[in-house]
Amino acid sequence: MSQHSSTIEPSSAQTSAHLEKLEAESIHIMREVAAELDHPVLLYSIGKDSSVILHLARKAFYPSKPPFPLLHIDSTWEFREMIEFREKYARQQLGLDVIAYSNQEGVQADINPFDHGSKVYTDVMRTQPLKAALDHYGFDGAIGGGRRDEERSRAKERVFSFRDKQHRWDPRNQRPELWNLYNTWKKSNECLRVFPLSNWTELDVWQYILQEQIPIVPLYFAKPHPVVQRDGEWIVVDDERMRLNPDEKPVTKTVRFRTLGCYPVTGAIESEATTVEEIVHEMLTTRVSERCGRVIDRDESAAMERKKREGYF
Amino acid sequence: MSTTPLTSNEHGQRLLAEHSSKEMLRFITCGSVDDGKSTLIGRLLMEAGAIYDDQIAALQQDSEKHGTTGGEIDTALLLDGLEDERQQGITIDVAYRYFTTAKRKFIIADTPGHEQFTRNMVTGASTANLALILVDASKGLLTQTKRHAFIASLLGIKHAVLVVNKMDLVDYEQSTFEHICQAFRNFAAKLELPDVRFVPISALKGDNVVQPSSNMLWHEGGSLLHMLEHVYIGGDENLRDLRFPVQWVNRPNADFRGFSGTVASGCLRVGEEVTVLPSRKTTTVERIVAMGSDLSEASASKSVTVTLKDEIDVTRGDMLVRRDNQPYVRREADAMLVWMSEQPLASGKQYWIKHTSHRTSGEVGDVLYSMDVNTLHRLPATTLQLNEVGRCRLSFHDPLMFDPYRRNRHTGSFIMVDRISNETVAAGMFLDPEMDVEEEHWETEPSRRLQRVESRVAMQQRSAKYGHAPFTVLITGLSGAGKTAIATKLEQQLFDSDHKCVVLDGQAMRFGISRDLGFSAVERSENLRRAAEISKMLNDSGLVCIAAFVAPHADVRDRMRDVVGHDRMVHVHLTTSIETCRQRDTSGRYVAADEGKIADFPGVTSPYEQPDQADLMIDTEDNSVDAAVDQIINLLETRS
Repeated sequence: MSQHSSTIEPSSAQTSAHLEKLEAESIHIMREVAAELDHPVLLYSIGKDSSVILHLARKAFYPSKPPFPLLHIDSTWEFREMIEFREKYARQQLGLDVIAYSNQEGVQADINPFDHGSKVYTDVMRTQPLKAALDHYGFDGAIGGGRRDEERSRAKERVFSFRDKQHRWDPRNQRPELWNLYNTWKKSNECLRVFPLSNWTELDVWQYILQEQIPIVPLYFAKPHPVVQRDGEWIVVDDERMRLNPDEKPVTKTVRFRTLGCYPVTGAIESEATTVEEIVHEMLTTRVSERCGRVIDRDESAAMERKKREGYF
Repeated sequence: MSTTPLTSNEHGQRLLAEHSSKEMLRFITCGSVDDGKSTLIGRLLMEAGAIYDDQIAALQQDSEKHGTTGGEIDTALLLDGLEDERQQGITIDVAYRYFTTAKRKFIIADTPGHEQFTRNMVTGASTANLALILVDASKGLLTQTKRHAFIASLLGIKHAVLVVNKMDLVDYEQSTFEHICQAFRNFAAKLELPDVRFVPISALKGDNVVQPSSNMLWHEGGSLLHMLEHVYIGGDENLRDLRFPVQWVNRPNADFRGFSGTVASGCLRVGEEVTVLPSRKTTTVERIVAMGSDLSEASASKSVTVTLKDEIDVTRGDMLVRRDNQPYVRREADAMLVWMSEQPLASGKQYWIKHTSHRTSGEVGDVLYSMDVNTLHRLPATTLQLNEVGRCRLSFHDPLMFDPYRRNRHTGSFIMVDRISNETVAAGMFLDPEMDVEEEHWETEPSRRLQRVESRVAMQQRSAKYGHAPFTVLITGLSGAGKTAIATKLEQQLFDSDHKCVVLDGQAMRFGISRDLGFSAVERSENLRRAAEISKMLNDSGLVCIAAFVAPHADVRDRMRDVVGHDRMVHVHLTTSIETCRQRDTSGRYVAADEGKIADFPGVTSPYEQPDQADLMIDTEDNSVDAAVDQIINLLETRS
């Protein structure tokens, strides 16, 4: 053993910048998942957080490919550009194993956000197929892009979050997370949700996209789109399935998205930001939260928490 | 939302540059709702701009529904995440908050202050660089304040800020603040908190939270946020001892074999020799592989993949280290455990153990003692209950490669997991198996089988032969006060007047007898205890002993007098001010201490308790070494 008496630390001590620290932590988490779980999957929603997660997964296992497939729960109401991006970038350019999974019963029953409301629609076309897909493929761990800064109820979420065999989240029965020692012991029918971006903020995500030049869906950049205004949100008319109220007439506005999901329930913001740099700059000056544009989160107070307990990611 | 100005202008570029690279500081907040903790965090977040306008609007609505502020914005609600907790009006878990300034990104682990939530505080503290310990100025130090300080110290947090809140309730009185700070200093001297700072605030009124307060112009330490932005944390990482636990073996094809992991401490460099544990095979780092381009080196906390020159069998759980700097490799060790389960600790029961990337099983043989987290007293114990802390002797199925937690947070920590329920039952921190540095031995009883050898030479014979009675002069004072110069001059003068003298000096002790000790309060205490025993032996042999020590703690100095004998010891204290000592310092130690690079530097990063009843006080600003020695000799003459 070397001596313990010295208390002077080397003066060359360098603290890495925050993105480097966040990156290292996320990579560590993903390697733990790969090493300790039997059959993990990366939940790929095609949004900016998913793009960052995917990039981190590639870095974590380079020069190998990430040792898990990507799973996209396709609600069938995504923006067309998202599906295009999934196919061209993730599947073709990177050559990754991408599973797209939809609730076929829901499709046949024509469950849509117009007739059934965002609550029922989200449950049938997102939450239920997610559980079904995890069961169907026997995944025991699912890596997602959730961040604690997204929403109040997420502030207490663990990095490794336990779900019982019904995929329920019990906020009172979560394991303490000490140091970077994650407890991944579990029963065979339990499934873990893992959030490597827990400590990232929206600004960190954008700064990292800028630094690493990570490809993202073009919808994040401002562009003229046909839009209608609903509940103070700009909703983009992405295809002919959009139902317009009698008094609604689409107008063309230059907008972009801060979050992406199903187009009829995702609000766009007016913006002139056409590059990642401009988006970071916008982030540094905005006064509105990112979830402001998500209709589903405003259904009721504590909406997110309830959705999580039901198994929504 | 309004149109954003674009970045083609200079302002935009500057803004981007400012925010591109920041240090990250993780801190924990300890205190209860009563201390105004939620109000404080809420204010930090709001004033740092981390709360968006639509969130403030939602908060306004919630405040009307659940709030206790009569319709005004209740920032506490900003922090409570979970629905049922909110209705109960208590927070029961660790919640993480984020905010950023142009200087740093901050992660707050917000934990409740009640005793039954020790487990939560430990969880939050395990990843924190700094602890904010809240005190209500109108109530002063409470038992829980001491508990918070103890847990912060136990978890190896190096920086603590005592936040004295509600200063508005005590008319912003400096004396109230100083009184609380002094009480805290006295308590914290028993702990391992190398860097303690103090700030008086009113979270409610916003005094000294983000902006310096005009109500407390007497406070020169700046606002709380200023402190958080500037506290030096660069020295917190262990950059000396290379420890690279292998997390994942990367084998895309037969030609590539990489070992991935997070550097726990030290630095990996291409071309440098490394030893693989547990096999003890030695090889060289060939590449540090990264997507994009290879790296030439990777230091603590980086996640990397390395390849080695030789084909050595390396698996997950193995560790790369340096041949001349290795961790302990043992199957048995002592550790402090924090028990986190409703099911009490069962000695002899097998638990899963996770330590770095290594999984094994292990058991607790003995509980040596439990710790009263409020009084720091050690209690006899045979088990640990939920939220209890104790020292245990553990044995493991496989040898673990570990360092003492004090030295290395990553290789010194482990968790214990129940093999049936899979719940995390304990957080463990290894103690140093070779050096019981956390012990001081003033109270330790010598074995009863020992016998003292009676000398054939009587004390009177010695005194008659040497021409003087034996005595000890203890010279104390800050580093740079002139203790050693005075001690050696005094020795010379006494020698010239036919005294048989020995000088014992703090540095000299550490060359040999106290080589194993560091500079924490406990270790300084143990160093002085050894010096006291030596002084006594020298005096018993008829010799004069001149002992020059910093000796920052009053109770430790008193104990030395007890050992040496009240009639034999003279205490000379050098009252030289810290400013003067600082000016005299040519070694750079004060500068380093100011930057937080030296832990436990009395007067700067740890307290110095000025004596109020020394036999002689000398200010070396006004007195030369000769003058000081003359004063001491005069005193000795009057005493004899």
